[in-house]
Amino acid sequence: MTTFQPLDVVRRSASVTTSPAPNRDVEVAKLIDVSKCIGCKACQSACLEWNDLKEPVGVNVGVYDNPHDLTPNTWTLMRFTEWENPTSGNLEWLIRKDGCMHCEDPGCLKACPAPGAIVQYANGIVDFQKANCIGCGYCVKGCPFNIPRISQVDHKAYKCTLCSDRLALGQQPACAKACPTSAIMFGTKAEMVAQAEKNVSILKTRGFDKAGLYNPPGVGGTHVMYVLHHADQPQLYAGLANNPRISPIVEMWKGVSKYAGMAVMGLAALVGVAHYAIKGPNKVSDEDEAQAKRLAEGKS
Amino acid sequence: MTTQTNTGAPVTVRRYSGSARLNHWVMAISFVLLLLSGLSLFHPSLFVLSGLFGGGGTARWLHPWAGLVFAISFMGLFFRFFALNLPERTDIVWLAKLKHVLTGHDEYLPEVGKYNAGQKLVFWIQAILVPVMLITGLCLWAPGLAWMEQTLGFKASIDQQRLAALIHAMAAVLAILVWIVHVYAAIWVRGTIGAMTTGTVTGGWGWRHHRRWLREEVVAHGTTEHPRVTPGE
Repeated sequence: MTTFQPLDVVRRSASVTTSPAPNRDVEVAKLIDVSKCIGCKACQSACLEWNDLKEPVGVNVGVYDNPHDLTPNTWTLMRFTEWENPTSGNLEWLIRKDGCMHCEDPGCLKACPAPGAIVQYANGIVDFQKANCIGCGYCVKGCPFNIPRISQVDHKAYKCTLCSDRLALGQQPACAKACPTSAIMFGTKAEMVAQAEKNVSILKTRGFDKAGLYNPPGVGGTHVMYVLHHADQPQLYAGLANNPRISPIVEMWKGVSKYAGMAVMGLAALVGVAHYAIKGPNKVSDEDEAQAKRLAEGKS
Repeated sequence: MTTQTNTGAPVTVRRYSGSARLNHWVMAISFVLLLLSGLSLFHPSLFVLSGLFGGGGTARWLHPWAGLVFAISFMGLFFRFFALNLPERTDIVWLAKLKHVLTGHDEYLPEVGKYNAGQKLVFWIQAILVPVMLITGLCLWAPGLAWMEQTLGFKASIDQQRLAALIHAMAAVLAILVWIVHVYAAIWVRGTIGAMTTGTVTGGWGWRHHRRWLREEVVAHGTTEHPRVTPGE
């Protein structure tokens, strides 16, 4: 496996200067074929092991999801959905490996106020830089997929790194390596899109005519993609976003309100200085004091 | 009428009690902390301000606590002064003559009580903005969200949190604009700062800017028995 330019940064949070545009020839992607997943959770275990994370023993509430949600330690989670297909009458067990989608246009990065706490590498990976993170949780508000989690221990944000550290050594992500059915594949984005086409065509021959690739254009495409048997209804898969995009509220918050706000505050301060320079101070005159004295002495 | 000019020290008039001043300065210090820590997260070019707190992490946790101190101290001043800030007919006249206000021609302005229309506007705009900032701020703060869910049973959705962030930022800009007006007025109108440091202003200041208030003080407290209005030596 070739190296994937792991350290060339193309986007950096809360930074006024833009990075030089490095060669983006090699973009990576993880492809998750949901139809091949058997729900073994080997990916979850591999993720915990490689990243040296521990999830406290939880409580069984009668579903397979374990833990119940993504946490600062669980960066990937199998989400199980039982769905009765109205056309075939079959009960379908839809299992989706949830985690960071590594958006080409990352909402977390846009929302982040801490310079360099979130970066995007030339290979497309969106990575959190712990040393710069201030734990404000803005990334959570920016994310269209509800992925980042803030640790209550060190007040830093955590999510899947797409094993950027393994990639730097020419290794594939731990979850892909551990997957026993090749439901998780990894390669260049072009390779994965081509792979997805094959998988989709096979699914179509099996009667899933709505099978397709989930690579949502609203966020500029993602570097984690799904092959879905019901690509027309992504929300079936534990509420996968139908047409994800950075919320217009976040765009306004991080766009016009920021620039307009800076402008009016600066202007107000300048008007103050200008007014003082032109008019000078508003001083109490001796006559005012004399009048007050007369008033106080009961003479007026 | 004899034109008596500057004989001896000016009359001094008590404007704020010690507790009002303490209340004001608790509010002022927490506001400045909020301003610096909030602006540091408002725009990347201002992130450097977080260095004043020892880093972004400290600015992040300090900000909400300073916000609670500010909200509580604002409430104190609100109940202390809201009656004096109720609108009256003179305020419209005063506002209509804003040109004379800005050019410092107080002689063309109507006699006003303890607060003029500009001060009342500062008071009421902040009285609206502070609860807005408080509620939206709670929605942006993990302990605040947890408290609202446990105590009020209100769980803010992600879109509500996003909206809270937008409103919080815009309300903050307005609050800072009002604050700039407030601080500038205190500097521009000479003799004002003493009202919040020693608690007194000179009679001339009262005569020039708040003549009706001065008259009321003289009538209510006289000049000898109570030290509220003290003739100079």
